Amino acid sequence: MAMKDTKGLETQVATNEIKIAAKNVQVFYGDTHAIKNVSVDIEDKTVTAFIGPSGCGKSTFLRCLNRMNDTIDICRIEGDILLEGEDIYDRKVDPVQLRARVGMVFQKPNPFPKSIYDNVAYGPRIHGMARNKAELDAIVEKSLRRAALWGEVKDRLSSPGTGLSGGQQQRLCIARAVATEPEVLLMDEPCSALDPIATFQVEELIDELSKNFSVVIVTHSMQQAARVSQKTAFFHLGELVEFGETEQIFTSPVDPRTESYITGRIG
Amino acid sequence: MPLLWLITILIILSAVGFIFGRSKAWTLTKDGTVRLHSLPVYYGTNTALKAIIPGVFLVVIWLITQPLIVSNVVSGMIPSDAISAGSSRGLVLSEIRRTADGIDLAISTNVLNDAIIAEGNLETITDALKEAGAVVTSNITETILDAALEHRSLQTAGDVAMSIVAIALTLGGLFWGIREATPDFRARNSVETGVKYLLICASLIAILTTLGIILSLVFNTIEFFRLYPASDFFFGTEWAPSFSGRGGASKLGVLPLIWGTFYISIVALIVAVPIGLFSAIYLSEYASPRVRSIAKPLLEVLAGIPTIVYGLFALLTVGPLLVSVFGEGGVLGVSWQGGGRAVITAGLVMGIMLIPFVSSLSDDIINAVPQSLRDGSYGLGATQSETVKQVILPAALPGIVGAILLAASRAIGETMIVVLGAGAAARLSLNPFEAMTTVTAKIVSQLTGDSDFASPEALVAFALGMTLFVMTLMLNIVALYIVRKYREQYD
Amino acid sequence: MANQNMSKIKRKSLFDADEHTKRRNAAEKRFRWYGIGAISVGLLFLAVLATSIIREGAPAFTQTVVSVEFTLTQEQFDHAEKQLFKTKAYEGHLVSAMVSRLAERNLKVAIDGKVLERLLGKTGATLREFYRANPDQLGNLVKFDLTASSRVDGYFKGRVTRETLQDSRFLMLSDLDVVDALANAGIIKQAFNWNFITGTDSGVDNPGGAGIGASVVGSFFMMLVVLSLSLPIGVAASIYLEEFAPQNWFTDLIEVNISNLAAVPSIVFGILGLAVFIQFMHLPQSAPLVGGLVLTLMTLPTIIISTRAALKAVPPSIRDAALGVGASKMQSVFHHVLPLAMPGILTGTIIGLAQALGETAPLLLIGMVGFVARGYPDGLVAGFADPNSAMPAQIYTWAARADSSFYEKAWGGIIILLAFLLTMNIIAIILRRKFERRW
Repeated sequence: MAMKDTKGLETQVATNEIKIAAKNVQVFYGDTHAIKNVSVDIEDKTVTAFIGPSGCGKSTFLRCLNRMNDTIDICRIEGDILLEGEDIYDRKVDPVQLRARVGMVFQKPNPFPKSIYDNVAYGPRIHGMARNKAELDAIVEKSLRRAALWGEVKDRLSSPGTGLSGGQQQRLCIARAVATEPEVLLMDEPCSALDPIATFQVEELIDELSKNFSVVIVTHSMQQAARVSQKTAFFHLGELVEFGETEQIFTSPVDPRTESYITGRIG
Repeated sequence: MPLLWLITILIILSAVGFIFGRSKAWTLTKDGTVRLHSLPVYYGTNTALKAIIPGVFLVVIWLITQPLIVSNVVSGMIPSDAISAGSSRGLVLSEIRRTADGIDLAISTNVLNDAIIAEGNLETITDALKEAGAVVTSNITETILDAALEHRSLQTAGDVAMSIVAIALTLGGLFWGIREATPDFRARNSVETGVKYLLICASLIAILTTLGIILSLVFNTIEFFRLYPASDFFFGTEWAPSFSGRGGASKLGVLPLIWGTFYISIVALIVAVPIGLFSAIYLSEYASPRVRSIAKPLLEVLAGIPTIVYGLFALLTVGPLLVSVFGEGGVLGVSWQGGGRAVITAGLVMGIMLIPFVSSLSDDIINAVPQSLRDGSYGLGATQSETVKQVILPAALPGIVGAILLAASRAIGETMIVVLGAGAAARLSLNPFEAMTTVTAKIVSQLTGDSDFASPEALVAFALGMTLFVMTLMLNIVALYIVRKYREQYD
Repeated sequence: MANQNMSKIKRKSLFDADEHTKRRNAAEKRFRWYGIGAISVGLLFLAVLATSIIREGAPAFTQTVVSVEFTLTQEQFDHAEKQLFKTKAYEGHLVSAMVSRLAERNLKVAIDGKVLERLLGKTGATLREFYRANPDQLGNLVKFDLTASSRVDGYFKGRVTRETLQDSRFLMLSDLDVVDALANAGIIKQAFNWNFITGTDSGVDNPGGAGIGASVVGSFFMMLVVLSLSLPIGVAASIYLEEFAPQNWFTDLIEVNISNLAAVPSIVFGILGLAVFIQFMHLPQSAPLVGGLVLTLMTLPTIIISTRAALKAVPPSIRDAALGVGASKMQSVFHHVLPLAMPGILTGTIIGLAQALGETAPLLLIGMVGFVARGYPDGLVAGFADPNSAMPAQIYTWAARADSSFYEKAWGGIIILLAFLLTMNIIAIILRRKFERRW
């Protein structure tokens, strides 16, 4: 308890270490200028929310942070994105190593058609994180605990991951993502395919996760952003309109566009 | 009258019916006071259909049943003692039929006429038949002649009767159709129902074909097992048909043939599956659209090449090439391979033929794996090959196994490549450099050889066909089952 | 605890590729190369096949001919016609005339009647045919290009070499010098072998005279049967299954049958054809009609599957629109859906026909192997009902003959068969491109 309070104080008083620093990022899809000059800092052990109307570029920008846009041929990126001071788009950087440090959870739960154990163990296995079975078992258990799923599946680790309910599948995907011990966890509308109870469970999880990771969550729901995040960035038509403490964004936004969105006049 | 004329007459009659039916409908509406239910053309079509369908239907059924009836009657004329040893009723009936055809031919070329036949001089008649060009092997006997004449008269009478009844039915249908043409008659509905039944009949052809295949295989296989014990066929390990005629010293065991089929198919799959699968993986996961648009159609070309071309390729190019490598005085300095025809020759060429098969099917299956799985894997920091090996292939596995089984089924049923490239020697051997024949090659050789059709050497081909049919059917069913059962895993 | 672990792993720079990742990337590269390798091997096979076909088949289109100018007098004609072996007599006249003419040319090699007989092919029949058809040419000087013997032909095409030749009554080693001399003088040369394309099959003793023309006609009649039967039946069945059939066990039975038949080996269809069409219905053996019937049954499942796909591709909105103005279901199908699906149907049919054109196994079983396509059919009915061969069966017959000079004819036949297939496929592709609609 005491620890928690102290942590809280720390968050309020000092700025946390900046995990990802984005400066003047532009993204082009062919000729379309999708992201216009975005600069934002993602802090450690903080939940940062990206909000904004549909098609404003939040997911696009999120996917830049772990170079998932590399898979799209016509996508071109300019500007700097630094992970702990190192430019992730530098030629020397192998995206494969980057993605072990910046994990991602997708909108629709996508467990592999493997067992629950193998789903979670996939990341550690390919990155060679465990030297023997015992270590791997420990990683799997820790990840499933972190995703608040251990209790429900510990007796059936070998059953297929696709056999779980929607909410459980998404938590499995979260467990899978944290198994590689990433520093930053990117979540692209993780609750939009879930029912309210599962949504509640995942939001609780996010809070827990933020104690150890830096979390960036893209969300359609302002209420969710207000619930889970400490920092919020408002995107509109490819631009970062306003970025600041969540409370401030939602109670006294500076930019009139932010206020229009918050009050529901646009969206 | 010849069948062609009869059909033409029926068609003309129904065309007439069409015209009459349509014009009657026209005249009915001429003054404008009467409204027809359907367009005049439907009244015409209704009449035409009602005319021709009964006629044609009758002709088809008659043509099927008349030979059976005639054969029965004629067969009754042959006492059992007239069937010499080593012959059979079936063979005698064939001879009667040939004689009857020969007499027809001789009469039409004026070598024979009824007077000469009435004289009953067997030698004269036989010579006349030979001069007319009919196939006659020995002098005609009294019983055969009588039976042949009876056959001819029955056949003629039957044909005349058929023509009369068919034309009568058609005319009847024609009048019925014209009578029906009243303003309230729902001609269009009648026509459409008729057309629908015609469509159903077309669909039935698929069932009829399967039935035909099964019946022709089953009947002849049973006939075969009457002449040769089934256990010797299924469990015999030696294949050595005797050429001296029927039965006797023939050894007709199917096991060496099944082994040859199996062995060559395995070699073919060993060639086709790795190449096909890796091609599919590269083309669907790695290749740029331009490379894909060139390489994929080129590989598909291999699928469109007729198997006779592959057969010749195996016999004349691949065989000698392999001998120059594996044979005496060859590149490797060993003498493993004697002749061009060998398991490895046919297997290699068959594998080349199967590459596009495996590649196309696998490509479709790999593309069907949802992109979300790939994203999940890349998001965790996996390389493309890791994603393919550990996520995509396991997800696609049931489909790929199904594709391999289908390719195997194709390999088993392949004929021309093995006939030309694998040789005719039936043996149970593990040596891939030896010639080894298959079920399909033997079907061809037994049915195109000189064996007479009722001998076990010829009938065995039907038993082989049955075996082949069952094997491929089983493989296809298993392939479908695997694909269906394991498909839901990632949906 | 967790933090400490994290800091151990994470403080590494992104710019340093660690060992493990390097190995993974190496594995990735190898994997890519397997893929490229596989495709290359496949394409290599294709290239080898294509070069074999062209290299081995091209010689079939050329024929070694002997150019002579020859006069046959009326007396010689009458004399030859009186003989028992007429063609031999004609040859005799030709040879003696040639010997004297060649002696005038002073070719430095010994040429006598025996040598010429060995060098010439079956010229007697050609001469006889010509003079019987053109008696006005008797006494005139006529220029002939007569085919040389198959061994001389083989010498020009590389089948027969000085090293491998063994003296026989067909050709002696010394004859080759004569051949060379005559070739230098322009008397023996290579000419385009039209007979291969237009002629009929020849007996086993005359490989040079073999032609594929009659088989092409046989294939043509067969394809006519296949087209006229399988297209209507296939379209009718597809329309029923796709538009009208209710979901019941009967429809399932039909569909299961169709997908099974599509996978049945072609030789089983041959057995069906033999048992039903030849043995039961007593249709003539080896007739294009029977071949066409068997191939129809084989092609039906393919046509049904592609026609159904074409019908499925027409959007439901078209059907709804037709029904909306009061058309009956059948009218909407025949007046609207079918015409729109026609390009797809035609493409599928052409491809099905192309597959049928190349089928060999069923044709062997209905008797097309033993038969030698010695003549063109006379008349339309004969085209269907008289025994004839078809291209694939003819190719097989040539390949199975003991005389290896027939092999080149087999390859040549393959070139012609592939030419037909290529044309049909290109037509199908053009049709598809031209009429393809993107709904």
